[in-house]
Amino acid sequence: MVTYIVRRLITAALILLGASFLVYLLTAASGDPLEEFRASSAPNKQQLMDARTELLQLDTPAPIRYFHWLGGAAQCLIPFANSCDLGKNIAGQPITDALGHALIQTLTLVTGATVLAILIGITLGIITALRQYSTLDYGVTFMAFLFFSLPIFWVAVLLKEYGAIGFNNFLRNPEIPIPAALAIGAVIGVLTAVTVGGEMKRRLLIGGLAFLFAAAVLVYFSATEWFKTPGLGPVVIAIAGVGIAFAVTLLSAGLKNRKALQSALIAVGVGLVVYFVIQPLLNEATILMIVLLAVAAVLVGLGIGFLMGGYDRGQSMRAAALTSFLVGFLILLDRYMQAWPTYFNNSRVRGRPIATIGAGTPNIEGDFWIMSLDSFTHLILPTMALILISLAGYTRFTRASMLEIMNMDYIRTARAKGLSERTVVMRHAFRNALIPIATIVAFDIGGLIGGAVITETVFSVRGMGFLFLEGISHVDPNPVMGVFLCVAITAMGFNLIADLAYSALDPRVRVKA
Amino acid sequence: MAEDAGLPAAGVEPILEAKGLSQGQIVRKRFLGHSGAIIGLVVFAIIFVTAFTSVGYWGIPGWWKYSHDQVTPLVNDGVPTASLWPLVWGDHPFGQDRIGRDLFAMTMRGAQQSITVMLVIGLIAGLIGVVVGALSGYFRGWTEAILMRLTDVIIIIPALLLAAVMAQMAGRRDSGSWFATFASNNGILALGIFLGLITWVGLARLMRGEFLSLREREFVDAARISGASNARIIFKHILPNAVGVLIVNITLTMSAAILTETALSYLGVGVKAPDTSLGLLISQNQEAFATRPWLFWFPGLFIVLICLSINFIGDGLRDAFDPRQKKFNAKKARDHGGHPVAATPVTAFDGTKDD
Repeated sequence: MVTYIVRRLITAALILLGASFLVYLLTAASGDPLEEFRASSAPNKQQLMDARTELLQLDTPAPIRYFHWLGGAAQCLIPFANSCDLGKNIAGQPITDALGHALIQTLTLVTGATVLAILIGITLGIITALRQYSTLDYGVTFMAFLFFSLPIFWVAVLLKEYGAIGFNNFLRNPEIPIPAALAIGAVIGVLTAVTVGGEMKRRLLIGGLAFLFAAAVLVYFSATEWFKTPGLGPVVIAIAGVGIAFAVTLLSAGLKNRKALQSALIAVGVGLVVYFVIQPLLNEATILMIVLLAVAAVLVGLGIGFLMGGYDRGQSMRAAALTSFLVGFLILLDRYMQAWPTYFNNSRVRGRPIATIGAGTPNIEGDFWIMSLDSFTHLILPTMALILISLAGYTRFTRASMLEIMNMDYIRTARAKGLSERTVVMRHAFRNALIPIATIVAFDIGGLIGGAVITETVFSVRGMGFLFLEGISHVDPNPVMGVFLCVAITAMGFNLIADLAYSALDPRVRVKA
Repeated sequence: MAEDAGLPAAGVEPILEAKGLSQGQIVRKRFLGHSGAIIGLVVFAIIFVTAFTSVGYWGIPGWWKYSHDQVTPLVNDGVPTASLWPLVWGDHPFGQDRIGRDLFAMTMRGAQQSITVMLVIGLIAGLIGVVVGALSGYFRGWTEAILMRLTDVIIIIPALLLAAVMAQMAGRRDSGSWFATFASNNGILALGIFLGLITWVGLARLMRGEFLSLREREFVDAARISGASNARIIFKHILPNAVGVLIVNITLTMSAAILTETALSYLGVGVKAPDTSLGLLISQNQEAFATRPWLFWFPGLFIVLICLSINFIGDGLRDAFDPRQKKFNAKKARDHGGHPVAATPVTAFDGTKDD
């Protein structure tokens, strides 16, 4: 195992050396860094050209410059010396600083999108695999192919037009006319009817109920101008919480496990009490406090489950912990909604909250809630675009993997010995289907940092892709090399992790020592 | 596999292998039975024929009255004249841009470019991928080590950088090198060749995997014992068995290639004005979305249509080449009342064609 890892690391280092040499030469050969001065008529033209030549060491040949750069980069390997030197960009800013900013921007952009895409993709994949050849399956498969074929820059422009400009116009006067409400309700009803499956009568009934509910909610929202002053309030949290409790118990323990259901419901009750207690505290919120509260919510849930016990204490604990985490999320959402009117009427936002470009409103001031709402409204469009693009792959892959597992002999054995369908799917099939997905996920995370170049360009986020493109357009090798180094190292590192994870998760696969 | 072991589930079509058909016939039958793939094929054929005949190609004139760079007076401020109800085509079916160029001609020209790039990439990537994958998977040892490290290096070099370098070289028309001359005259071909030279790596890895497992099979041993040369084993015995994986993945590479080409043109390092491409059209016209949305809709629609049809063709091919997959007909399953149809033993499907 150790020999294997060491061998892989050494190979990776050699590949990195070769590839970085090539990238450096290619960037240096890609154009003339003095071009912008050649055509200029400035009196100090020669001076400027000399300065640029001095800065980029243009009088030394590119291969020698590479080794000079490599000498600086090699210092990054010395631990704790803080002597990392990746050179400077054309404006004289050290690359290490620029990379730090860009990395943060890119990570905030892609993290949420990736997590959501993975969650939604896996869920959809499993549902379609369980309902193979149903209308839902065909629908999702078609959507997956469609999303797979969408150019992201095209989606981005559509999102900007309808998601931002259109929605902001709607918010100015948030009234939904009755026909529109009925139409949206009908779409939701049809989707629900297709999703629930089962007998036609059951589908029609549930679909009809969903239609009525959705239309009624929309009319209510329109009448009370909910979109201007949104909020959940304790009543909605209570109802949604009970729904969550039932859903979580159904998936994790089965409704027959009464103790698990009771612990989940108690967790909802505790959450409601906490909702009133915690409001003054939330006014002073910081990011650390939110994280601590989330941890506390999970711990409280675990405690409730532990005290309730039952024949399977672990299941009760799991159900209660998941429920209390989700109820905590609802409370957080409610608090964000309370902050919405303030954000909406902020002098910098001026009633057009959904932003089309950038990563934040310039010069905005406010408390934690305002600031994070500002990030959300800027992140929502690129996140949606990224989710749409990457969802398809996860859905298709999970579906294929799940179908293969569901045809295995041990699944037949599990059914034959009388296990409930929930246990067969959640315990026997789902966990094994996740193994190949885990490797794909690791692989994708490796490619994340460099993978959003176009999204960053369209939404003017100054992340890694921006740095990279700017380096290329100015024929400036140092930023290109910095980005390349980060991207390549994470990609190769996560490749190794993917291989190791596969062998750790699937005992049939062993790495060659 | 459960299916191989015994009873196929209710509604499975009668098993084709038992009828004594060749592999090619079985694949063709399966492919023709895949409605998504057939629709994809028809849509792609229509786009292909329209794109290449309407505005002409390589100096051959087409039947459409305008060319992609011809400026004509604005008619009705450039609003598209085509409509579904009543069904009319009109003078400028897709509308005109700000200076009066015909969008139908430009879109068709862009579709030509995208399809050309796609085919060039598929050809080159397929060729190099097969050779590298076959050599490293069949000979192993040093050949494999060197070729696979080479793929590792290429796989982490960003395609964007290579495209930018190429765009720069093509832009230097005056430098006089043969490459610059070629690239500036046939920009799209050069781009396709260049992208093909870097997209073969995924295919090479896949083919290596196929060759690694196939070379250990009995029929390869048998061929070797009967004195077949390495070349004969590779081309006559192993390659036909790997052709399914190859074709399916070339299709997927091609559909990804269209998106890559449009993205590069969008970023300004692919096809450049005065020539046009679907990605370039979108990037030029996205600012005008509020005033002239059709300039943005039609090129995007064509990207999606081409890519979607290729993806469906690829899906159909995958189903057709996968011997384990049985065509399932939900209606027949219901008619049988859930009872399994009479089982026919599934014959071994692989490796039986050429030995």
